[in-house]
Amino acid sequence: MKALDVARIRVVVRKELRDYRRKRSVVVTMGVLPAIFLIQPTLTVFLAPASTTSDRVFQVPLLFLLLIPVIMPSTLAAYSVVGEREQGTLEPLLTTPIRRQEFILGKAAAVMIPTLALSYTVFGLFLAVVRLFAKPEISSGVFRQGPMLLALVLFTPLLAGWAIVVGMAVSVRASEVRVAQQLGTLASFPPLGAVVLVVVGTIHPTFTVAVAFAVGLFALDVRAFHIVSQMFDRERLVTGAKAVRS
Amino acid sequence: MGAEVIAGRPAQENAKGELALVVDQLTKRFGERTAFSDVSFRVAYGEVFGFLGPNGAGKTTTVRTLGTLIAPTSGTATVAGIPLSPENDVEIRRRISIMPESPGLYLRLTVTENLEYFAGLYGLDQPGPRIRDALEAVNLGDRAGDLCGGLSKGLRQRVGLARTLLSDPAVMFLDEPTSGLDPVAAREVHNLIDGLREKGVTIFLTTHRLEEAQKLCDRVAILNTTLRTVGRPEDLREQLFKTALVVKTIAPLGDPDRLFGRIPAVEGWRSESPGSYVLTVSDPTLAAPEVTRGLVGAGADVLSIGEAQHSLEDVYLELVDEDVEVRKP
Repeated sequence: MKALDVARIRVVVRKELRDYRRKRSVVVTMGVLPAIFLIQPTLTVFLAPASTTSDRVFQVPLLFLLLIPVIMPSTLAAYSVVGEREQGTLEPLLTTPIRRQEFILGKAAAVMIPTLALSYTVFGLFLAVVRLFAKPEISSGVFRQGPMLLALVLFTPLLAGWAIVVGMAVSVRASEVRVAQQLGTLASFPPLGAVVLVVVGTIHPTFTVAVAFAVGLFALDVRAFHIVSQMFDRERLVTGAKAVRS
Repeated sequence: MGAEVIAGRPAQENAKGELALVVDQLTKRFGERTAFSDVSFRVAYGEVFGFLGPNGAGKTTTVRTLGTLIAPTSGTATVAGIPLSPENDVEIRRRISIMPESPGLYLRLTVTENLEYFAGLYGLDQPGPRIRDALEAVNLGDRAGDLCGGLSKGLRQRVGLARTLLSDPAVMFLDEPTSGLDPVAAREVHNLIDGLREKGVTIFLTTHRLEEAQKLCDRVAILNTTLRTVGRPEDLREQLFKTALVVKTIAPLGDPDRLFGRIPAVEGWRSESPGSYVLTVSDPTLAAPEVTRGLVGAGADVLSIGEAQHSLEDVYLELVDEDVEVRKP
């Protein structure tokens, strides 16, 4: 793979962020989704009796917060390629010297940046509210969940990366934005499954498990990115037919 | 057919002796369907080359192929001095610019923001002056801060043209640049292309508008899946149509066959309407006085005698109609 031009990736990111800011539906979705995901964990923690000793009571709300970086970027990622195709902006873009990896990285980074910013803001807000307003027993119970807090920090970019890559894979192949966005939500199923396994006690969250999951997810994200790069076929995107070179 | 013709002015090469476009037996198939087949032509630097053909003739697919968006099935091409191949895609795209039929602008961004984006993708340092110059070239300097969503179709087309100018390309591909524009907006685009030609920009122009091609292009190619012809519009007219005189009389001639048969310079004749005759002649300048004398001698009331003018449209229709006839079962 020839060297990627970071400046060109930055140009794509800047333009995407500028475009998001001017699209009301994107701004609303980005603001509302994390707010909704903040309600359940907050209620769970504040309604828990002070005598609660079970770790599970504190782990589940924290796990719930991990769904934000999975669900939030999937719609944007699913729109990224097919959306440009539908509005007729993809073909002019593909006539420029941008490489497919630069385009995909730029698009992915433009979704990743607001996702991380909002996810970490929500986590910080949640922890601050717990520390400031929850009963001391509950607060110390939440902050005692080291592996879960580590998972929040480590998994947020990795889960977001997963959701983005899956969303973009769908977007590269889909013929309609709506279909792409519906299929893009499938990205949340595997992480949701993992959350369920933790909740039902099949997986016990420890530091080792958290780090092992993080490494596995990172490898998966990198591999998935390469697959999406291979799927990005200019000819298919412009004509709907796969390129066959002589 | 695989026509390979460089008619008209000698092809201009650049300092390295390269042509802007060299296309040899290029073919593109999508499964069983052939988009274009066995297409060969040359385009010189500084030339405005018209690419004409009916809908579905393969014009846009040819542009996309030369622009590295789609891969040819067979054949070779050199674009702006670089051989067309997957490993050269990026380098070719650096040297060319393409304006698709629809300008494809980001409607929530301003004109300047759209151009900044593309300037960045072309890796231009200090794009400000380039953007200003491009906007001035298309007379949009005063609309730089407008959102593209608020512009008319004609203005958006002009922004698209400004975008193609940004990178100072060796070859510009303009795919139906006046499609859907009103006559005034189309004329503005014509003036722009004319201005670019004067600056020596190489332009590959696909169009349906034959008068546009006739007015703007140094040479034209007519494509109908295969290349039907390439040449200067005036040469094509001469190749395709015999020279003729058009004679108009106030009243229909009594016996035109006898009258024209007596004039040695007239090789044949046909009547287009009562009182209007088209005479096939080898040299209109020599034939016209003879014909005039013959008509006056026969007592005809002559309204006019002139050389028949064939337009590029006549050439186009002749070739495309020929194809339609051939394809009839």
